[in-house]
Amino acid sequence: MTRARELFSFRNPYFSAGVGVAAAVFILTALSGFIVLPYAQPELKFTNLWDAICSAAGLPKRSASVAAPKSEHRLSEVILPPITLARPSKEAIGRGATLAQRCAICHGPTGISRADSPNLAGQYASVIYKQLLDFRSGARSNVVMSPFAANLSDQDVADLAAYYGYLPRVPAYHPERQPAPRIVIYGAPLRGIAPCGACHGSLDNKTGSPWLEGQSEAYLKEQLQAFVSGKRTNDINQQMRNIARSMTPQEIDEASAYYASQPPEIAKATY
Amino acid sequence: MLVNRKLILAHFWLAFALFALALCLGAWQMFVRSPLYTWISDPELYYRSLTAHGTVMAYVFPTLVAMGFGYAITESALEQRLVGLRWAWAGFWLVVGGAITAMVPVALGRASVLYTFYPPLIGNAFYYIGVVLVVVGSWIWVALMSINLRLWKQAHPGDPVPLAMFANVAGSYLWAWTAVGAALELLLQIIPVALGLKTTIDAGLARVFFSWTLHAIVYFWLIPAYIAYYVIVPRAIGGRLYSDTMARISFILFLVVAMPIGIHHTFADPQVGAGFKFIHSVFTALVALPTLFTVFTICASVEIAGQLRGGRGLFGWIRALPWNNPIMLAGTFSFIMLGFGGAGGLINMSYQLDMSIHNTQWITGHFHLIFGGAIVIMYFAIAYDLWPHLTGRSLPSLRLARTQLWLWFIGMIVTTFPWHWVGILGMPRRMAYYDFTDPALASQALSVTLSAFGAFILLASGLLFVFILARAYAAPAEHAGPYRFSVPVYPVKSLPLALNGYAIWVALMIGLTLTNYGYPIAALVARQDTSVPAIYEGAQ
Repeated sequence: MTRARELFSFRNPYFSAGVGVAAAVFILTALSGFIVLPYAQPELKFTNLWDAICSAAGLPKRSASVAAPKSEHRLSEVILPPITLARPSKEAIGRGATLAQRCAICHGPTGISRADSPNLAGQYASVIYKQLLDFRSGARSNVVMSPFAANLSDQDVADLAAYYGYLPRVPAYHPERQPAPRIVIYGAPLRGIAPCGACHGSLDNKTGSPWLEGQSEAYLKEQLQAFVSGKRTNDINQQMRNIARSMTPQEIDEASAYYASQPPEIAKATY
Repeated sequence: MLVNRKLILAHFWLAFALFALALCLGAWQMFVRSPLYTWISDPELYYRSLTAHGTVMAYVFPTLVAMGFGYAITESALEQRLVGLRWAWAGFWLVVGGAITAMVPVALGRASVLYTFYPPLIGNAFYYIGVVLVVVGSWIWVALMSINLRLWKQAHPGDPVPLAMFANVAGSYLWAWTAVGAALELLLQIIPVALGLKTTIDAGLARVFFSWTLHAIVYFWLIPAYIAYYVIVPRAIGGRLYSDTMARISFILFLVVAMPIGIHHTFADPQVGAGFKFIHSVFTALVALPTLFTVFTICASVEIAGQLRGGRGLFGWIRALPWNNPIMLAGTFSFIMLGFGGAGGLINMSYQLDMSIHNTQWITGHFHLIFGGAIVIMYFAIAYDLWPHLTGRSLPSLRLARTQLWLWFIGMIVTTFPWHWVGILGMPRRMAYYDFTDPALASQALSVTLSAFGAFILLASGLLFVFILARAYAAPAEHAGPYRFSVPVYPVKSLPLALNGYAIWVALMIGLTLTNYGYPIAALVARQDTSVPAIYEGAQ
């Protein structure tokens, strides 16, 4: 105890120098960082000293005068809690199958479309879930599809997702394998485009991104163009719109044709 | 008095075996993202390899070297048997178990999150649990270092603690405290999310916690190298340590100011206020002091050796130095790389200058030059110096050892200099693929190719190093004598209390952590609207 008292005493030159220098450096840098430097930046305007200190401390402030701009279209509000689609019961899948009768006219009785609508058999449940909810809320709209989604309950949506997720992926029309175009495998780094395959299969899959193999070429192309024109806006943080806008028309054609020609079993390309 | 050689050798062998494996991965990464190879077509493979390389090189390898060297110092500097041998083995096996637990999910591609974790990206829980086990294993070592020193002090009241042990325990305390940041991030934030108990995570807070660990961990890696400068280099070249006090003050300064500076890693992050970034920037400048003290003291010590060997005049002593001694060579190379790396570091720590190189390949070049270069080459020196004492056999050939060190030095310069350069040109880091056919990148192709060749040289050198260590076992057994450390010019008879213990300095380290990290962490913890949904790797 006496040793501790001896050590932690300002009579001990090491203690006083150590604490003194550390405190002095901290106080000087704090004065500079919180008072001098904020005022040294002419573009920053403060109402008083406390305001400057709060700003330097990183306290977020709301700009009172300007309201946040309102979006003219609805944004996707889908939240997917981990339990919603986990391990669906047979009953859920069965209910989904019954409900899916009304989808069959466009998406095919087995979930394989003959009408340039997306094939849904074996699509990720999370994808079906998100798109249906977006159609229901109006975040995504389509003259044919929107009325179908309008009256679905949360349970209906989850059951439909479970049913289509449960169906086997059936090989659709795919005349021949072709090498993946650059945009699918490499993206275009200098234009900020990640490879299509990084989210949509071929390389990797990310939650909420559909796998695209064997989908209708016309459908894929139309969706990319809808992202370009801003007709479709239910992509989170504009990630697909930003990508589609930076793609050349030729790349849109290549990517659509490539995915349409691929059999859906392929999870990862060995290129 | 090295008694528990098996324990120390186990640490070194595991460290160097894992190092060799991770080195292969590193060279492969340099190759596949250079213009020498088309493209692996799957970025996940690249990130998988990168995660394994980073986790082994940053957590497992240096921790094992510090632990093994720490045990060697305890027995030889204190001249007493290691107390707590079973605990030491338990710590070792925890590190082994942790490394395996972490590496299995990484190898399976379930945790390609890089060693810096990057939440909200969340990988398999076992990866994080493995990293925690490695850290817990190393905390056992910290406790043993402290206990062994305490027992020695009880037996030698008032005697000055031998410098090697003083520095070693300072390093262990620094590690104990700096690992707390990442431990908090893992235990309170990431692991609950990885186990599915929570689905959102405050990524900004996680980054602040990680910065608590991320900078001081470099000094934890560095301390064995600095110990080697002070207690091995002067002895190995036949000189004297210029100043024992200066050495102690350097290690004390590392203990105090290595910690409260980590926010310079988050200069571009919005969740930390500019005022705190400035404070951390200035404190980062302070950490240059112990390095400058060390450069001065070691150069003076080396000059003493040169003069004792008959070197005269302003520069004559340099020629008189034993240049064919691997330790001399390693120390010189280490200082050169430390000089360049340190100069680059001054840019990283400056708020404004950092903006031009933030998140570019400059940063990767920088920490490879400092850690892979200046520090790891001293790990080689430590191993070469200790090996005859641990194995009872001499190294097969000093010439081979010199070749290995030259190759490492040349390889590291060839790798990292172009790396810095492309960083200045704006090449981002952590990318699996660069399209060098694009006119905007084509001019960087040559630099990146050079860098890849540097990596091949490093790989050759690293494998040669492991070969030399293994080859020593073929040499006939001989007694290397007791393991000794360098002697200061003026023998230390007694020391003031403050320089013979850590109480004030540990208190200052914790105090400065509170002043420099307290508010940014508290503010983020208190806010409720800062969490984002976790992104589970491979989730559907």
